Amino acid sequence: MNGSGFDFNRRRFLGAAAAAAGVTLAPGVTLYGVGQAQARGLDEPASGEVRWGMLIDINQCTTDCTECVSACATENGLTGHGRPATDAQWIRKVSVRDPKNGVEKSLPVMCQHCAEPPCVDVCPTGASFRRADGIVLVDKHICIGCRYCMMACPYKARSFVHEDLTDQKPHAPRGKGTVESCTFCVHRVDAGGKPACVEACGATGHGAMTFGDLNDPDSEISRRVAQYATGQIRADLGVDPGVRYQNL
Amino acid sequence: MRILVFILAMMFLPSLAAAQETGGVPSPSITKGKGEQCVADTDYMRRYHMKELSHQRDETMHEGVRTKQFSLKECIACHATTDDSGQPVPINAPGEFCASCHEYTAVKVDCFQCHATKPEQKKQAQASALFPMTALAEPEVSQ
Amino acid sequence: MASKIAFRTIEGRSFGYLLLLAVLGALLVLGLGSAWFMEHNGHHVTGMNNQIVWGMPHVFAVFLVVAASGALNVASIASVFGKTAYKPLSRLSGLLALTLLTGGLGVLVLDLGHPDRLIVAMTTYNFKSIFAWNIYLYNGFMVIVGVYLWFQMERRMQRYASAIGWVAFIWRLILTTGTGSIFGFLVAREAYDAAVMAPLFIAMSFSFGLAIFLLVMMASCAWTGRPLGDKLLARMGKLLAVFIAAVLYFTAAQHLTNLYAAEHAGIERFILVDGGIITALFWWGQVILGGLVPLALLFLPMTAGTRGGTILASLLVTLGGLAQVYVIIIGGQAFPLVLFPGMEVASGFGDGAVAQYSASWYEIGLGIGGVAFALLAVALAVRVLPFLPATLADSAVDPHHTKPEPKGAVPAGA
Repeated sequence: MNGSGFDFNRRRFLGAAAAAAGVTLAPGVTLYGVGQAQARGLDEPASGEVRWGMLIDINQCTTDCTECVSACATENGLTGHGRPATDAQWIRKVSVRDPKNGVEKSLPVMCQHCAEPPCVDVCPTGASFRRADGIVLVDKHICIGCRYCMMACPYKARSFVHEDLTDQKPHAPRGKGTVESCTFCVHRVDAGGKPACVEACGATGHGAMTFGDLNDPDSEISRRVAQYATGQIRADLGVDPGVRYQNL
Repeated sequence: MRILVFILAMMFLPSLAAAQETGGVPSPSITKGKGEQCVADTDYMRRYHMKELSHQRDETMHEGVRTKQFSLKECIACHATTDDSGQPVPINAPGEFCASCHEYTAVKVDCFQCHATKPEQKKQAQASALFPMTALAEPEVSQ
Repeated sequence: MASKIAFRTIEGRSFGYLLLLAVLGALLVLGLGSAWFMEHNGHHVTGMNNQIVWGMPHVFAVFLVVAASGALNVASIASVFGKTAYKPLSRLSGLLALTLLTGGLGVLVLDLGHPDRLIVAMTTYNFKSIFAWNIYLYNGFMVIVGVYLWFQMERRMQRYASAIGWVAFIWRLILTTGTGSIFGFLVAREAYDAAVMAPLFIAMSFSFGLAIFLLVMMASCAWTGRPLGDKLLARMGKLLAVFIAAVLYFTAAQHLTNLYAAEHAGIERFILVDGGIITALFWWGQVILGGLVPLALLFLPMTAGTRGGTILASLLVTLGGLAQVYVIIIGGQAFPLVLFPGMEVASGFGDGAVAQYSASWYEIGLGIGGVAFALLAVALAVRVLPFLPATLADSAVDPHHTKPEPKGAVPAGA
């Protein structure tokens, strides 16, 4: 992490947090979210010069750890209804075993925030869209709940809300009859923070997940992508996911 | 026929809303916000709040602009009330800020299928305040 | 020739007619009630979930939409391919196309997570989406077929009927291409993602549409005492046989191509060998009962051209068609997405495992409601407007009736 950059960001971020004043200081604007990310001003739109991405080092990810999954659920208010088939799942741990040598690995899979997202292509109303900075989101105001995006997603990253919801998180609106998926914790990212899963992974000491700007050659993620061999899930599809895996 | 229904409705409404009657015309009782004044002139807000909210909604959703003035989250944070035990009351509950007017005008609010009806819970705000920003590497930090 | 055909409304006062309306109306109410229940409670009351995101409503909807474009073929054979014997059937053909499409789209819309946002779907478009194109194709189809019917019924406009018939024929080919491409354009799903989906769907539409048309036509004639010529029936039966063969051909092409690629061995094995109910529906439902048996019924001298044989064959094609759409939609989703080729995967979210689906009664009810709507609308329309010809006797419809029928006279439209 770049020390001077960190200080600069902290100062900017504190300014933004002060503007948010009082009770409105939500977890979306949490203080511990400050990473190497550069915070924008509140009135500044997301920039096309940025491409948010994630790097997951599978060798650092342990089979029995699900901290990223529970952090996601807590952050975004994903409470289950005891119905695994229909409950929302924005991030899941997948175990991958090579039948030839028996080597087994475990890795988190979530929305891969593709550069060419099939979900966005197929969405009839444009509710599925890719933000300028590469984050793929669902605009639930115009989602009609047709689920074509779920048919199109190569990563099974999306969930449909199958029932009425109450007590949603103010920063993560979600409701019956619409499709949803990992947002890269866009509310945190906009405030200069990083996704809850990345933070939780760091807190366990595994540090398997790195979040940052793939377009910024000085960011930690870019330096690691330049240094190590990394890959994408189903790279053959050519959708160019923003989530990359190391030691896949 | 429609006129008859209207007349009947007009006859019954005043008795239902007698408590709030002012000058012969029933009007909704609107909970006051927390601050001195709203983010814009009251008359303007009454007439155009939905336009501002919907404009803001598109900007926030698609561009990530998160200005505070017409943010629904901020509206709720300011206008929500708490009950006797200090728990926040949903803003769309009968008699609360959104509901009082919208029930009166019989306009359905579509926001709260998805949006939170209460401000962020205090305990979580405190929980996050427990972690200073330098605590990233501390292993005992957990959600 | 065309101007000589007499069209008449049905009387529609018999007990049987009213009973038909009552039964169809009850089924329609059942469908609407199912939709209301699903929407009120959320989709967790259905068999659909995050693995099988499209279920029984979509099977019915796709089947009806596909059959709708096929039902129009009878009119096209008359106006585009100039087979005058089919001319008296044009109006019923157009009517059935409209009602089947409306029924299918109704099911699709009522299954949406937000049917209340239909206005959004009609006003906000992403033109890269084949779904969005389809909204235009469906609406356009309704308008074109509506105009087509009007031109046929309005004496002054009849000279333009053939032109609009051409437009309708081309439009319906594009429309079915669009429906097939909903699946053909899904790059990530192994069961789909193939150009053959579009022509396969066109063949399916020819077959399902004609089968349903035959059933409706024969029921209308029998219940209203209208004569129906044996030769006309035999001719249409042969046409249905050709369409059934076309569906079998494209199905074979689809699976043989997939079998050749080692990459698709998994999905092919699932559909053809060990997919349980999917495999059973494929072989027994789609291929044998929906394909080979009706082919035999329509060709074997004992049953070919008979009423019983034609009715049974049409029913089997209809049910086999539903089975085929089920195999395509449910089977294609039940087989797990391949995220890591060559690896064994597992997760708490169904990775690497075949997804289970059992349709709830609400979904089936909604689908049946769509079918009921289509048939009810036909029953009411033939009462109000002259859609049905007064007679379909061979002497009335076939200009060559007195001459011996040429052997194997299959219209060029096949």
